[in-house]
Amino acid sequence: MNFELELSKGSFCIPECTVCKKIVWPPIEFCSHCMGKVSLKKGDFQGKIIEFSKQNEEYFCVVEIENSFKIIAKISKEPQIDQIVKISKCGINEGNYFFQIS
Amino acid sequence: MTKVGIAAYGITPFTKDDKKIESLLFESSRILLKNNPRIQKNDIDTVLVSTNNNSKYLSPILSEMVGIQPKIAHSIENLCNSGTNSIVSAYSYIASGLADMVLISGAERYDSPGQILEWDNSRGEYKHPIFWASIFTSSYKRKFSVTNEQLAFVSVKNHKQAQNNPNALSKKMYSIQDVIDSKKITDDLRLLDCSRSCTGSASIILASESMMKNITDQPIWISGIGQKTTSAGFTKNDSFNSMDSTKIATQSALEMANKTIQDIDVTEIHDAFSVCEPMALEAIGLSKTGEGVSLIKELYETENYKVNPRGGLIGSGHPLGATGIAQTIEITQQLQSNAKNRQVENAKVGLVHNMSAAATSSTILVLEK
Repeated sequence: MNFELELSKGSFCIPECTVCKKIVWPPIEFCSHCMGKVSLKKGDFQGKIIEFSKQNEEYFCVVEIENSFKIIAKISKEPQIDQIVKISKCGINEGNYFFQIS
Repeated sequence: MTKVGIAAYGITPFTKDDKKIESLLFESSRILLKNNPRIQKNDIDTVLVSTNNNSKYLSPILSEMVGIQPKIAHSIENLCNSGTNSIVSAYSYIASGLADMVLISGAERYDSPGQILEWDNSRGEYKHPIFWASIFTSSYKRKFSVTNEQLAFVSVKNHKQAQNNPNALSKKMYSIQDVIDSKKITDDLRLLDCSRSCTGSASIILASESMMKNITDQPIWISGIGQKTTSAGFTKNDSFNSMDSTKIATQSALEMANKTIQDIDVTEIHDAFSVCEPMALEAIGLSKTGEGVSLIKELYETENYKVNPRGGLIGSGHPLGATGIAQTIEITQQLQSNAKNRQVENAKVGLVHNMSAAATSSTILVLEK
């Protein structure tokens, strides 16, 4: 499993335990529940906006991915609470992850 | 298990000065020893340093600077609640019999690396604390229909109260309009809603009951301790408008002290940002859910110093590793009736609330005369 390698290529994967099938977030090699090995699941994942604020012209949102874990992502248009979104862009910039949703 | 008390303290002014971390640690320790001549340096058998500074081996360095050779000496780091975590560790050393007298010294520089939790990649590019504070504020305002004006009372109150604290960073009072008109950090946060990272140091001596008798006539006892860590990552919080770790830690601390929240006469609250004060007051039970801002307005209008008498983090400044110790010193001074023009009358029981990283962990201390 190399979440960061995939993320740096702009691909957002979900880390899932190969044993108990739980989503393991933040990504680590072994499951924090059963210590099983974690693998990456590719897909077109959905997210839901939980909360947001705005800095300058940019909105930043807490987004719950696949009813499981939450990340903070950028969105260009004014968001709504409970709005369903998808990750449109992601990557690593100067060591920091970044996520954009639409 | 022996009782553990607070025997002495020393604190420096909180400033924006460029000073070495070692000098800061030494300065508050020197003030402590100078003001408490009954304390024999060689009776200090443990030295704990609380800081987020990256310098190494600071506790042995402080011990050498003070001229002692303790049995136990090490640093403790837990972001913003490093200070009370150090006090809890010192308590445990003494209560278990491993130590008799512990010097805890906390210090930080204005440019502390403890402001950013690099590990928390779930925050994406929004790792600075202003972003979690904005999310908390947005959520709290939405959930309880609270306005920016209502939240501004936290900053107005705490800057005002800080004017009676000679060590506070803030030297100025502000109006509600000043807070609203201050620099916009995000749509939900103004500059005056934020505590400021600064340079400062605070030291405290904890001792066993038998030792306390010899070194102080005004003992203050640690009767309750509660701690809870719910996660490290901000986005793991179940709610962004309440503080679960604070609520759980408070219940543990009050139970240990055999007290209820109604027994608390004075409290130090970790107001890293304006919204944190009402959220914490609700979590510890001094206010009903969603009504923290009403209590804060009432305290301000009646000049009641019960919450954050020294000006909180917003008024006093926030030198991370020193903050929890400075909060504990304030409650100690209040219970000793030594708080001068910020004294809460007849204070017998006090509570300290110190937290880290958007309340992912909290420490609560209950102190008594």
